[in-house]
Amino acid sequence: MESILEIKTVNKAFGAQRVVRDVSLSVKRGEVFSLLGPSGCGKTTLLRMIAGFERPDSGSILLDGTDVAQLPPNRRQVNTVFQNYALFPHLSVADNIAFGLRAEGKPKIEIQEEVHRMLDLIRMHEHAHKKPSQISGGQKQRVAIARALIKKPKILLLDEPLAALDLKLRQHMLLELDRIHDEVGITFIYVTHDQDEAMSLSDHIAIMNEGVIEQLGTPAEVYELPKSRFVAEFIGDTNLFPGKVASVEGSDYCHLEVPGLGKILAYQDRPVAPGENVTLSLRPEKFNLSREKPTVPSIQNLLPGVVDTIIYMGSETRYVVRCGEFKLNVLRQHNRCLLEEKPITWEDSVWLTWHADDGNILQSTNGTPATTPNADSAP
Amino acid sequence: MKPSRVPLYTTLAVLAFLYLPIVVMTVQSFNAARYGGEWKGFTFSWYAKLFEDRSIWSATRNTLVVAISCTAVSTIIGSLAAWVLHRYRTRLQRLHYLVTYAPLVVPDILMGISLLLFYVNLKILLGLGTVILAHVTFCISYVAFVVLGRLQDFDYSLVEAAQDLGAGWGRIVFRVLLPVLGPGILAGAMLAFTLSVDDFVITFFVAGPGSSTLPVHIYSMIKHGSTTVINALSVLFMTVTFAVVVISQFFSRNRPVH
Repeated sequence: MESILEIKTVNKAFGAQRVVRDVSLSVKRGEVFSLLGPSGCGKTTLLRMIAGFERPDSGSILLDGTDVAQLPPNRRQVNTVFQNYALFPHLSVADNIAFGLRAEGKPKIEIQEEVHRMLDLIRMHEHAHKKPSQISGGQKQRVAIARALIKKPKILLLDEPLAALDLKLRQHMLLELDRIHDEVGITFIYVTHDQDEAMSLSDHIAIMNEGVIEQLGTPAEVYELPKSRFVAEFIGDTNLFPGKVASVEGSDYCHLEVPGLGKILAYQDRPVAPGENVTLSLRPEKFNLSREKPTVPSIQNLLPGVVDTIIYMGSETRYVVRCGEFKLNVLRQHNRCLLEEKPITWEDSVWLTWHADDGNILQSTNGTPATTPNADSAP
Repeated sequence: MKPSRVPLYTTLAVLAFLYLPIVVMTVQSFNAARYGGEWKGFTFSWYAKLFEDRSIWSATRNTLVVAISCTAVSTIIGSLAAWVLHRYRTRLQRLHYLVTYAPLVVPDILMGISLLLFYVNLKILLGLGTVILAHVTFCISYVAFVVLGRLQDFDYSLVEAAQDLGAGWGRIVFRVLLPVLGPGILAGAMLAFTLSVDDFVITFFVAGPGSSTLPVHIYSMIKHGSTTVINALSVLFMTVTFAVVVISQFFSRNRPVH
């Protein structure tokens, strides 16, 4: 698929603070692309540069092949859904939606038809005459989307669109956004600090930190193969093992010597050399937890531990297991927990196993040190 | 324990202190007695007399001319000042704020004297023009701060949304800014109008012959006696001012924007 947006080495500073640093990325036509990161990481500034509210200090923003970096917002074929919706409080829902076409000076009949079509899309015909103060948060959200989509933008920019909604409504709106995206087929660029939103909606995610893109990939890629410690910790929970490569086993595997834990076998994505300091990331759900010592093939790692904390969460249970000098986060899906003869409880001795392929050796990229001990999982 | 009656009595005392003189004046304006004191029956004759007095009509006309022109000018300049104070962050902004704020705290008599000296030094003839200019100088500040208050709740992303949807500045001003900020601007204008109508001290200094406004005229009437007509005039005056204030309160009341 061809790309609709190409950002090339864009920089932006406010005073002495460089909020976006040499960012390059490309967005494919029709996809949902997320910019994900903590607040202050530069994602909103990047979005505002795509929209035209900020001009980049250097670099280019190619929209469908033309550089729009220096054009004002009203001369770009992108539209924005604002975080607080920014609906015009004095206009009705229908007039809000019509605003963009009236600004273009489109004939009345055409505007009416388009507004009608948009009200169909967001299923809000019965509220067309209401003022924004008379509708709910989720409805305002839909109106803001319709108001932007009526301009038939090449890209729809969404700036933390669900941040103001409560959890239930957020989940509902995620499905709604997905449906609207499927119906209109316009490229979405979605800014959020919520990894669940980004994971469930996006085709690609760019994870930003301190003005740079730490990693760009599909949701599965960034979750399963985080490149840096920042990504590993920002997307989901993880356990980090800082260690040294003890020996390389064939072309695919290596043994790590982890101080305070012992030797563990890990898959090597990238060639490593004995003596190299690396950090292994292991997601909590990759562990297998059992009371009896299992017999495992040599490709699995096996560690004894003691249950420290149990957090029952209904669909799953979180365990914190003391293992050597580490406290490990372990996630276990329920399989008939009430029927178990002797359920695992506090201070039980347990065995942890995981497949060597499930660990991921981080690359220390972008200056993020991958070898500093992690405050959560280190002793 | 019985609830204390102190708050009730305090409230009544304060209300009496504030409003009893006005009540007395209002009652007296309908009293047939020439010099007040005792009640000699109900009459409208002071009001009738009021309407026959040509000098009062001319003072009223002056007052309206001054108030309307001053309101128009200070609303425009004051609203723009509020927008600039709200929107831009420069090092001079604190100074701008101070300059705008000063007329609210400088005593009227100082304003009056300094304006008079200013006009005299520049050899400007005192007349309606000088009164209007004087009123504009302090009304701008009031308008600016009323509109600034509205702007605190104003969400600038509305402007960005309009730009994003392809609107130019003309459309943004007339279709977004004015409708949303309108109530605040109107409240500021009403306040400017009442302040201009009410002002005595500053006007007293800068009004030339034939350009005295109602408050100044009332003051000179007191010197010539005839308090009963003044009572009637004051009651009418107060009613109009009160109506304007009530209307402006109605518009400036915070209504939910989102």
